[in-house]
Amino acid sequence: MKKRQNVTIKGTKDGIVLHLDDSCSYYELKKELDEKLSENQRTQTERQLTPVKVDVGNRYLTDAQTEEIKDLIRQKKNLVVDKIESNVVTRAEVDKLKAENEVVTVARIIRSGQILEVPGDLLLIGDVNPGGTVIAGGNIFIMGSLKGIAHAGVFGNDQAVITASSMQPSQLRISDCLNRAPDNPQNNEKREMECAYIDDNHQIIVDRLQVLINLRPNLTRLEGGH
Amino acid sequence: MGEAIVITSGKGGVGKTTTSANIGTALALQGKKVCLVDTDIGLRNLDVVMGLENRIIYDLVDVVEGRCKIHQALVKDKRFEDLLYLLPAAQTVDKSAVKPEQMHKLINELKQDYDYIIIDCPAGIEQGFQNAIAGADRAIVVTTPEVSAVRDADRIIGLLEKSQTVESPKLVINRIRNHMMKSGDMLDVDEITTHLSIELIGIVADDEEVIKASNHGEPIALNPNSKASIAYRNIARRILGESIPLQPLEEANKSVFGKLKKFFGVR
Repeated sequence: MKKRQNVTIKGTKDGIVLHLDDSCSYYELKKELDEKLSENQRTQTERQLTPVKVDVGNRYLTDAQTEEIKDLIRQKKNLVVDKIESNVVTRAEVDKLKAENEVVTVARIIRSGQILEVPGDLLLIGDVNPGGTVIAGGNIFIMGSLKGIAHAGVFGNDQAVITASSMQPSQLRISDCLNRAPDNPQNNEKREMECAYIDDNHQIIVDRLQVLINLRPNLTRLEGGH
Repeated sequence: MGEAIVITSGKGGVGKTTTSANIGTALALQGKKVCLVDTDIGLRNLDVVMGLENRIIYDLVDVVEGRCKIHQALVKDKRFEDLLYLLPAAQTVDKSAVKPEQMHKLINELKQDYDYIIIDCPAGIEQGFQNAIAGADRAIVVTTPEVSAVRDADRIIGLLEKSQTVESPKLVINRIRNHMMKSGDMLDVDEITTHLSIELIGIVADDEEVIKASNHGEPIALNPNSKASIAYRNIARRILGESIPLQPLEEANKSVFGKLKKFFGVR
């Protein structure tokens, strides 16, 4: 009986694709991968680095296993791992992803000394008082007045925005940018219905709410419709 | 079964002790049986403001540690017929001498015999504060029209809301100087109330008589001719559930007062 191949190597114009079978044991797979790559090496002479895409099908690789596979491939000359693709994700990852894409609604006043943190977008029905902090992985929408600190896109999302009905923050932070209120507020102009975003120069800009319609079209999540 | 009300502020020096003494006195004037409890252990002075300092034999820590019975430690105010008592704080130890559970038990015992327990809270948010709110059913937050005091009041309200044992706190704005509020040099009542977004239960004007009275050990609430006294008496009546419009500040700016009236839904 012909032994079934656990590792298939395909060449494409973008590089090599390694298909790793998902029904064999991980140990077998590793062994075969090592063998296959070793014999492959001989045929290759000094050439440029070849990117490798690894497709593991319906197999879930732990972080340690991913590292092992990567190491194994890297040890061979001329090969560099581009990415590892798997059809499977863990429940924890899905929950995290879901949380990051959710809008959390909170009806409360964030008072001095309080911190409200959400993984995704935050819709706050209430105020952020001076000394209070709101932090979100995504955008922050405040229906009341923002007088404290707001930090949007805390995991490094430069596209995140902050909006408030009354914008008088002590500090605005988006991703790794920071902007603070001027020490001498010039006049008591009303700062109503405003938004803050990061512009092309990596600076936080505060502007009318309506500019977001053009700047961040991704904010619209309505699918279909007219 | 009585009700325990904690008087707190976060920031020091805004008039917690004066407010406690006067609200207690005003409630007693209304014929309620009141016990004042000073929880500022180590820095007691409610007894001084009440003029009861030299009658103290036992204190709160003695009661908590079982060295005496509650009634032995209570100091009776002779100006009232069996209506006003004070449980003084200890002066020799510090705030860590008492635990919140012990305070809770103590206040519950007092609630059996009194209509109102007024708890004077120390400044800060540490153990002393935790002790003071442990047994309280309601809270009154005192602030002055200063940014720092309002900031601290905000923090305290947050902590009170988190504790969940105390029902939504009420606000007293103390030491109002009308001319400064009018000129915009001081935060105005409206601004503070909107900012803290809790119910306003009273405003007290800055009055030299208050300081004079405190130094004589006679709460200003006993003097019916002072504006501050009326303010405290009104607070007491609002605590009892009466709805009384806010007293106009001297030469009150029409629009400010109008806003206040509107805020309370008066006419």
